[in-house]
Amino acid sequence: MLIKKASDIKSSEITPKSLYLNRRKFLAGTAIAGAAAVAGEGLRELSSPSVVARADAKIDGIQKSPFSTDEKVTPYKDVTNYNNYYEFSTDKYEPAGLAKNFKTRPWTVTIDGQIRKKQVLDVDTIIKMAAPEERIYRHRCVEGWSIVVPWVGFSLSELIKRADPLPKAKFVEFTTLMDLRQMPGQRSGVLEWPYVEGLRMDEAMHPLALLCFGMYGEVLPNQDGAPLRLVIPWKYGFKSIKAIVRVHFTDSQPLNTWNISAPREYGFYSNVNPNVDHPRWSQAKERRLGEFLKRPTLMFNGYDQVASLYSGMDLKKNF
Amino acid sequence: MVRWFKPVVFLACLGPLARLGWKAYMGRLGANPIEVITHSTGDWILIFLLVTLSITPLRKLTGQLWLIRYRRMFGLFAFFYATLHFLTYIWLDKFFDLHEIWADVSKRRFITVGFTGFVLLMPLALTSTQGWIRRLGGKRWQALHRLIYLSATAGVIHYWWLVKADVSKPAQYAFVLSLLLGYRLVVWARRRTGGKPASVSARSAEIADG
Repeated sequence: MLIKKASDIKSSEITPKSLYLNRRKFLAGTAIAGAAAVAGEGLRELSSPSVVARADAKIDGIQKSPFSTDEKVTPYKDVTNYNNYYEFSTDKYEPAGLAKNFKTRPWTVTIDGQIRKKQVLDVDTIIKMAAPEERIYRHRCVEGWSIVVPWVGFSLSELIKRADPLPKAKFVEFTTLMDLRQMPGQRSGVLEWPYVEGLRMDEAMHPLALLCFGMYGEVLPNQDGAPLRLVIPWKYGFKSIKAIVRVHFTDSQPLNTWNISAPREYGFYSNVNPNVDHPRWSQAKERRLGEFLKRPTLMFNGYDQVASLYSGMDLKKNF
Repeated sequence: MVRWFKPVVFLACLGPLARLGWKAYMGRLGANPIEVITHSTGDWILIFLLVTLSITPLRKLTGQLWLIRYRRMFGLFAFFYATLHFLTYIWLDKFFDLHEIWADVSKRRFITVGFTGFVLLMPLALTSTQGWIRRLGGKRWQALHRLIYLSATAGVIHYWWLVKADVSKPAQYAFVLSLLLGYRLVVWARRRTGGKPASVSARSAEIADG
């Protein structure tokens, strides 16, 4: 029922204002569905003794990737205790504790919109679509800090190809779980919930764009976006949406949460760009966690291979 | 008041710094220590500014006149933490890159306003001694020290403008500050409309006390 509701909302067909209104309806619907889920949960757990993959569960058969950097990996402790995850808290040190009991199974992802194979997939089905790869990526937050993380996943294109997009599919919109009970931050109006993000189709198809379900050789910890997230290493961190429940293909540019919140400060593209400052702070440098001196920020976070996606575009305007 | 009370309060005011030092020594400042130091010192500036500003209303409302003896100390601690905050910024954050600091101060309005708040505290710290009160004369000294209203306002705006989306913490500071400034506004308005001469004796007593 919830799934049907979600597919009713086609962002391509409605103006931003009605999009908000629809979200509010969706929110109310989710609350009811959430209550139903609570009731159902107990039964489900009785019937199938959990096959839930726990964090710090090793992932088998991880392959190395030529896209990996050989820079020093940020300590696991830092990557799991310093998280921008507003669904839990605006304090970066809090999601680690608040997400401890977050349920990542059962978990389904609705794949819909301008595609031939609309379906609702179990996250474990998605994870098995392709061989897991370790991708050691630089990750640059819009706030001016950065980390190096050995993510585990495969190219987002693997999922997209299987969805069989129609020619009309020009953009992909992603949605995070909406669950007021489990995600206390969603009770505040700090951002519009649920969190949404988007990519242009060619960006989403770029091999660097990672559909991620693990890090440091293990299942993704809850505070880092379990069970399924994006990692778009040439864009600011907030583009790498966490806890994905919907992948929606559309013919028009979707909204993204930070852009809704402050359109002057956060654009749709949000490519890492040392030459385009945030209106309130410089983006020329960054502090790699664990280092004392700031280092210069690189264009596209050092992933020059994506430059051709934006040739001819004014990146000062399309920030 | 008991004689040992003031040194105890003084040491307590050093607590936030001691706590930071201890955490740094133990390696417990988290993933981004410089950010923690910046935010913590920043919080304590605002707390000390608000505490300083609350002395006069508290005295008037409770009649606990001895409170005035602590006002200068709290004010100076606000300046102390502001200096640490500023040093963190130019040393740990910008590493004395004057070019970048200048670009920040002139271009980023949250830094402009924060820096302004800091600069406004300097004359107050400098003229905080009995000698300076005498040299300036009570009235002028007091007028000068009203700069703290501007400085605290600048501090709260600085915080408000720097957060990305969650303004709840700066809003709390803004709320308390508006109460404290509102109190003064009411007192001032009453004096004007009431036509009563400002209680000069009370004021000069306050200054002599402080």
